[in-house]
Amino acid sequence: MSEAALSPARVALVGNPNTGKTALFNALTGGRQKVANYAGVTVERKEGFVTTAHGRRLSILDLPGTYSLRARSPDEAVTRDAVLGRLAGETPPDVVVCVADATNLRLVLRLILELKAVGRPMVLALNMYDIAQRQGLRIDLEGLSAATGCPIVTTVATRKRGIDDLVAQVEARLESGALAGDNRWREPAAHEIRDAHKEAQRLLKAYVRPPERPDTLTGRIDAVLLHPVAGLMILLALLFVMFQAVFSWGKAVGDLIGEGFTGVGGFVAAHLPPGLLTSFITDGVISGVGSVIVFLPQILVLFLFIILLEDFGYMARAAFLMDRIMGGAGLHGRAFIPLLSSFACAIPGIMSTRVIDNRRDRLTTILVAPLMTCSARIPVYTLIISAFIPNRPVAGVMNLQGLVMFGLYAAGILSALAVSFVTRRLFWRGAVEPFLMELPSYKVPDPENVARSLLLRGQIFLTRAGTIIFPLMIAVWFLSSFPGAPPGATDPAINYSLAGRLGHLIQPLFAPIGFNWQMVVALVPGFAAREVAVAALGTVYALGDVGQAPGALATTLTHHWSVATGLSFLAWYIFAPQCASTLGVVKRETNSWRWPIIMFLYMTGLAYAASLVVYRVAVALGGG
Amino acid sequence: MHDMLAEPVEAASARMGTEGRLATGARLMRLSEARPGDGGIIVEVRAETHPGDHGVGVEELQRRLLEFGFVEGARLQVLHEGAIRHDPIAVRLDDMRVALRRRDAEDVWLLAEAAPAGR
Repeated sequence: MSEAALSPARVALVGNPNTGKTALFNALTGGRQKVANYAGVTVERKEGFVTTAHGRRLSILDLPGTYSLRARSPDEAVTRDAVLGRLAGETPPDVVVCVADATNLRLVLRLILELKAVGRPMVLALNMYDIAQRQGLRIDLEGLSAATGCPIVTTVATRKRGIDDLVAQVEARLESGALAGDNRWREPAAHEIRDAHKEAQRLLKAYVRPPERPDTLTGRIDAVLLHPVAGLMILLALLFVMFQAVFSWGKAVGDLIGEGFTGVGGFVAAHLPPGLLTSFITDGVISGVGSVIVFLPQILVLFLFIILLEDFGYMARAAFLMDRIMGGAGLHGRAFIPLLSSFACAIPGIMSTRVIDNRRDRLTTILVAPLMTCSARIPVYTLIISAFIPNRPVAGVMNLQGLVMFGLYAAGILSALAVSFVTRRLFWRGAVEPFLMELPSYKVPDPENVARSLLLRGQIFLTRAGTIIFPLMIAVWFLSSFPGAPPGATDPAINYSLAGRLGHLIQPLFAPIGFNWQMVVALVPGFAAREVAVAALGTVYALGDVGQAPGALATTLTHHWSVATGLSFLAWYIFAPQCASTLGVVKRETNSWRWPIIMFLYMTGLAYAASLVVYRVAVALGGG
Repeated sequence: MHDMLAEPVEAASARMGTEGRLATGARLMRLSEARPGDGGIIVEVRAETHPGDHGVGVEELQRRLLEFGFVEGARLQVLHEGAIRHDPIAVRLDDMRVALRRRDAEDVWLLAEAAPAGR
């Protein structure tokens, strides 16, 4: 008894996707939430707490949406195992709250029949009840409750209506001492699914009267947004606005933050005696933290768009429009969002591949995501282009430098498509999984839920990326600082460090692609993050702080590098996995070292091959 | 084939009863061949096309279709199709909207009502 009173009762939210389950979770728990991962899988575990009117504490678990307990994706497997009490480290729920979209009951009724077989006490929350009422949909709540054997509460999660009722009903289920019955659930066979549908149809006919004013708005919006031509144009326009926002607003704020960190670093350097500790604080800690935070604004802007479009109901439409286009390369329509995010940074992109149910589709997407030109490549591209590509007009209206930049982006996209195509052909031949997707009704996004989701995304990025990037930055700082330069040394200190020695050691490998030893030494710290290579080049050429005079580095490079070498370096950066954080995230998301290793090998291979071809061709054309 | 389908067709016609349009111009077709505007009642969801080609097996594909509501007796209408090879398709299935690829829709058999004039 005492134990039951002390530890909160466990309530699990289960339901179809797009039923406002997360909004209901937010309305129930407010800010009292914590997000973690389930042990051993990369599925987010969202738990929150609520105290009932009688002072009982409830722990609410927001389980991933599903159409059936017969799981098809890692997310759905978590839902199944949590409900069945099979999940390692999780206590089975005392009460299951089944969340339903009141305007779309057919599939959830079938899910309820499955849940009933599990035998746990259940409460049915008919969410979005206001929309049902507006449509003139009539539901015989008492009849349906009697027929399904579970209490029904009507809720409007976005307006926090019915929440107290729901909590009270859950508590009543707990008080009544309703114990979990026998679990009779097993994977239904085709005929059992058919029977369940018949039963659901019978319940619908008996207790639900179809809407007098059905939603016609969704159909009318779809006529435009899913139009084969207009729909694609609108999608492209949306993407354009999104990129504009990410790279103008996001980048502006990011640059400010970057300057702030440089300022702080300068301040610390000016006020501490020069030495190892100062170097550790400024070059290790401050620039380490800075390199994570600089990307936060861009990632937040990107996620704001993604969350808004998702909540509006557009993302499923985007997947529909893109499915065939991406399908040609063996990618799933749903891979569209992760690949899009990867233009800002591959880390959130790889993290968002969780929306893809199928493991193979997900792995292919993860493997090609870093080929999308992320914003960390821009400083490198800008530097090399300004040094080696003449700034002259092409065909009157275009500019050669801009054209090269565009070419680099295009090369990234095309190579991603080619790699996924080859992966499909070589490894997973023929196995193209079914693509079935609900197109939810359009809804106006609720500001509070959008804000909450955005905050959550930011928090996840900072903790996940932070815990990976930060230690790596420290490691790279260590490699580039130890051992220090001997007294009377003339070359920059980095030459004598471990990174410098490593660079000299492997330089012969890079000679065929035209890299000199300075470049190879700069590649070592550049492995922490792509843009670090720029600063590292400045260090190797002993220019000090290149942030103050970016033009100087470009001028130095034109003196020391041939055009062929410059172009080879550009080609290298299209493909090279010069970002340890990405590899770290891939390790986390796939739970194995296998995929980061494959990624490292294939990307390095591509980079080397591309640089070799570019260098040789450029030399042959007289650019050596 | 028609013998095999006799029963589902009867069930479908019972469901369509009051509309009584079954006799005039109804035709049996795979959902994978339907075009926007086509609509009717699902008469059978089979498990036979492309053995092994879906990576999940035909039985599994059939169960997934059934779970999404592609079930005998359901009312269906094709709403939209993609730009490339008219794929994928978006359908209204009873009271929800679902998108799927034509290759996954081959085993869904539709008793289509007469297509609207002018197509």
